[in-house]
Amino acid sequence: MEAVLPVLDSAVRLSVPLILAALAGLFSERSGIFDIGLEGKMLIAAFAAGAVAGVTASAWLGLAAAVVASVAFALVHGYASITQRGNQIVSGVAINFLASGLTAFLGQAWFSQGGRTPPVPAGGRFAEIELPGAEALRGVPLVGPVYAELISGHNLLVYLAVLAVPLSAWILYRTRFGLRLRAVGENPAAVDTAGISVAWLRYRAVMIAGIFCGFAGAYLAIAQSAGFIRDMTAGKGFIALAALIFAKWRPWPVLGACFLFGLLDAISIRLQGARLPIVGEVPVQAIQALPYLLTVVLLAGFIGRAVPPRAGGVPYVKEH
Amino acid sequence: MAAPAIELVGIDKSFGAVHANRNIALTVEKGTIHGIVGENGAGKSTLMSILYGFYHPDAGEIRIDGRSVQMRSPQDAIAAGIGMVHQHFMLVEPFTVLENVMLGSEGGALLRQGIRNARATLEAIARDFGLFVDPDAVVGSLPVGLQQRVEILKALYRGAETLILDEPTGVLTPAEADQLFDVLRQLRAQGKTVVLITHKLREIMAVTNRVSVMRRGEMVATMPTAEAAPERLAELMVGRRVLLRAEKETVVPGRPLLGARDLALEDERGVTLLSGITFEVRAGEIVGIAGVAGNGQSELMEVIAGMRPATGGALFLDGREIDLTGGCDAAAMRRIGLAHVPEDRHRTGLVMPFEECDNAILGYHRDPRYGSGWLMDRRAVEAKANQEIAQYDIRPPDCRLPAANFSGGNQQKIVLGRELERDPAVLVVGQPTRGVDIGAIEFIHRRLLDMRAAGKAILLVSVELDEIRALSDRILVMCGGRIVGERTPAASETELGLLMAGADRAAA
Repeated sequence: MEAVLPVLDSAVRLSVPLILAALAGLFSERSGIFDIGLEGKMLIAAFAAGAVAGVTASAWLGLAAAVVASVAFALVHGYASITQRGNQIVSGVAINFLASGLTAFLGQAWFSQGGRTPPVPAGGRFAEIELPGAEALRGVPLVGPVYAELISGHNLLVYLAVLAVPLSAWILYRTRFGLRLRAVGENPAAVDTAGISVAWLRYRAVMIAGIFCGFAGAYLAIAQSAGFIRDMTAGKGFIALAALIFAKWRPWPVLGACFLFGLLDAISIRLQGARLPIVGEVPVQAIQALPYLLTVVLLAGFIGRAVPPRAGGVPYVKEH
Repeated sequence: MAAPAIELVGIDKSFGAVHANRNIALTVEKGTIHGIVGENGAGKSTLMSILYGFYHPDAGEIRIDGRSVQMRSPQDAIAAGIGMVHQHFMLVEPFTVLENVMLGSEGGALLRQGIRNARATLEAIARDFGLFVDPDAVVGSLPVGLQQRVEILKALYRGAETLILDEPTGVLTPAEADQLFDVLRQLRAQGKTVVLITHKLREIMAVTNRVSVMRRGEMVATMPTAEAAPERLAELMVGRRVLLRAEKETVVPGRPLLGARDLALEDERGVTLLSGITFEVRAGEIVGIAGVAGNGQSELMEVIAGMRPATGGALFLDGREIDLTGGCDAAAMRRIGLAHVPEDRHRTGLVMPFEECDNAILGYHRDPRYGSGWLMDRRAVEAKANQEIAQYDIRPPDCRLPAANFSGGNQQKIVLGRELERDPAVLVVGQPTRGVDIGAIEFIHRRLLDMRAAGKAILLVSVELDEIRALSDRILVMCGGRIVGERTPAASETELGLLMAGADRAAA
């Protein structure tokens, strides 16, 4: 128990940005807009959060800045792929490069710390929250430590990310907006002939994706860490994309898939420097590659056919 | 007299240089079925899209029930009581019937109440019009006929008083089409108005009260159906006299040129697609293969053309046995005298962005006439293309135009010209007139009959029963990957239709 809990706890922390980014991708892709720019949006959001919270010492202003920056990038992607009917993959790649270059450049120009933002003071971070009764229950076998270690003691964004899953499922399956969103990703012509604007629906989906990526970026910079460092997303946007496919674009499986990837990451951290039987000490690089290797293996064979939304990636053009 | 359900006055619409609708006037009386016929590109669909608010007319007025209405979007049309059943269904396949019906009129931001209301309304509609569909069935799993019914339900759910159907029978079996007509008559009996767009004159004659004819963007005539004759309508559509039934010369069939014995095909998962296919086609004979789309005809053509290896059986070409199970080679089949006009000219017949002249030699580009070694002789290619353009009356007569810029009929002529001009012994032709205008149909039928008179063996696959019956010497009916019967062209449509539906077998 003592060995497992810290790993699970760190898995939760590591899966949070994945959950938020994968939900972002879920809304965008369910509406028919492929989004490989999750990475870039998260990165610009992390930079905005780090910079603003570092200067103002306010976590909330940092979060707001992250959301604004990420939504702005999302709108660029939306403009390119909805209004201009451009190639969504190209636009997403551009977003990623733009974010990577812009954060490094602005970081150096404004703060001159090699692309870092200044360290965020205590008030500029989302602090860990002790849930009521955590200490009192600690003594209870099994339940106590799980509650105190695993469930309690995370920052606000962790709880929000977990709550975002049922919220997304509810929006997607129980509301008019969700019905239309799912429809527009499958057959935008059906939505158009029903008298609903395809473009406005897709813009809303893309903006929701921006908001989620904003939260994910803020989590990285001012909840998990205390400041922005260069390329701190380190491929999490792509892992989230893999989790999204793994989950077949459904909210609850997204939670499971992201936690699985988080767990792999936690295990790989735990295994660093550890001596395994027979193999001996495993090189750090091999262990760090583990989640990515597993992504390839899982996606290649273990999930069956993942059918993306049928209209995904195709700009909508009215037919004659 | 009540105001007409729909009145169009002076509707005009251009797309760039194309004048799609020219000063159109149309009156549709309440409680009638009004047919609109015309060739592809005559402007029928554009006119209906304007009526449905999809396009905005450059000029003109739309009156519904005598009141002038501005159609800015489909929402306006729905509010005015107009429903549309599109040629390509506007359905979300992974959704249930209920979700599809609700989409766009959910009745509130949350779905719960709307679902309850929709269920009740659907039940009422099913009762009133005899339109039953399981509301919880997933639309993608329904047969095409029922999917179309869902489209009609969608329109009625939105309170449509006038229903526009755009080429509704193109995807239906004859039996399903008859069911649809029953539904339309039922709608008319309940006071609804129906506008039926089609290019099939038989349907116009069967079900409409009045008929309007469009040609090249203009409304050329409107008359009561009782006073119309198919020949007269065809003439109005094309602008000249048309032979609806090609004259067939008497040809005495010669030796068998194409034969199949026990051809079988399974896909990768072991599902049987073809089994026990045995037939022969003699010189000077057209053998038609009738069947509902998706019963193995496409696969049979692919196997014969060498596009796909068979898993059993043998093929005979001019007495030579060809082993199709070992491998397949479409080029080799062509070299030994088999020409193939594929069913889907867009996917397999032409390369749409290529120029007409490149398409005219596609697959024959290694012929020494068109170049030596790895260099092409553009002049020879263009000369060949221009020769076919003249011979097949391909319009516009410009061999440097991309294939995509030609109309369906002219694209088909490009394929036919390429395949027939090689003087093949055997011709395998799939859906030769799908999406082709009446005028071009006449021409294509004529060419096929000329080939027959010249002693070629022709295997004709078509979902158009009329075409099969008009051209064939013998008709084979396919169902479920097997040949379920052979009939003469004199067989009635009902008889063929029953065979096509597999009526003699338990399978549905």
